[in-house]
Amino acid sequence: MVLVEVMPKAELLDPQGKAVAGALHRLGSSAFDGVRVGKRFELHVVGPVTDAVLAEARQVAETLLANLVIEDVVSVREATDLEARA
Amino acid sequence: MTRIGVVTFPGSLDDGDARRAIRLSGAEPVRVWHGDHDLQGVDAVVLPGGFSYGDYLRCGAIAARSPIMTEVVAAAGRGLPVLGICNGFQMLTEAHLLPGGLVRNDHGAFVCRDQRLRVEQAGTAWTNAFAGGEEIVVPLKNGEGGFVADADTVERLEGEGRVVFRYLGVNPNGSVADIAGIANDRGNVVGLMPHPEHATEPGFGPDTADAMRSGVDGLRVFRSALAALLAA
Repeated sequence: MVLVEVMPKAELLDPQGKAVAGALHRLGSSAFDGVRVGKRFELHVVGPVTDAVLAEARQVAETLLANLVIEDVVSVREATDLEARA
Repeated sequence: MTRIGVVTFPGSLDDGDARRAIRLSGAEPVRVWHGDHDLQGVDAVVLPGGFSYGDYLRCGAIAARSPIMTEVVAAAGRGLPVLGICNGFQMLTEAHLLPGGLVRNDHGAFVCRDQRLRVEQAGTAWTNAFAGGEEIVVPLKNGEGGFVADADTVERLEGEGRVVFRYLGVNPNGSVADIAGIANDRGNVVGLMPHPEHATEPGFGPDTADAMRSGVDGLRVFRSALAALLAA
């Protein structure tokens, strides 16, 4: 399995994260002063995870899974055995 | 008669209203299907509002990769007038026919109201029936209508006169520079978040000083396309 993580660009306001941060604050949590919400894609791979598969994952991440105008692909990697079983 | 296509995607909501607006403007509306590669020889295309594919992944993202969009992108390159309204605007940015992107409203809430706009650019295929600087009112309804683009892109859009519509009064969604709609460099592709197709028939439009629901400012968006095609 390949994991792709996408986050809204840092310079953009993240209203979703802001709403979650507001809820945390109201619940009395004081350890966190900010939240940003992104996405994790789990790509189930046909066969073994090779360099070519990872390269293809990066390609689809940058063309479909993320819109690079408003988001960044922050990670493309093979899932660990533990993550793949979860 | 001028034929204007309206593409229906899974989750389109305003395709019917767009077809009605086209009919009221004096053209013939043509139903176009997202899964086809056939634009049926139409003279212009409207990508309507709604929540295509449930707004999954990103608004307009999956629709922008549908078969018909291959044809829309190619036809836009040949100068075909293309209008994207709301979800259709989001598709145009996802298809890279227009720069920038649309993100969740800065206040986090869906907004639905009659919206004052200024027509900043009356030289496009979809705004030539307006006077430059004219103020109009059409409905606005979106949850992810915040226009964003990097500073260079915004400067270029402003400098090249490609900001077509600008919000007046309170910015409804956090759009940079109050931008409500933009055009490509040729002026045949226009996208906007507000809904001109909902202000085309007396009795169903925004309130005006004259009478309730009598606003029909949106009609001239569609009449502009007719004029542009006749002039071509």
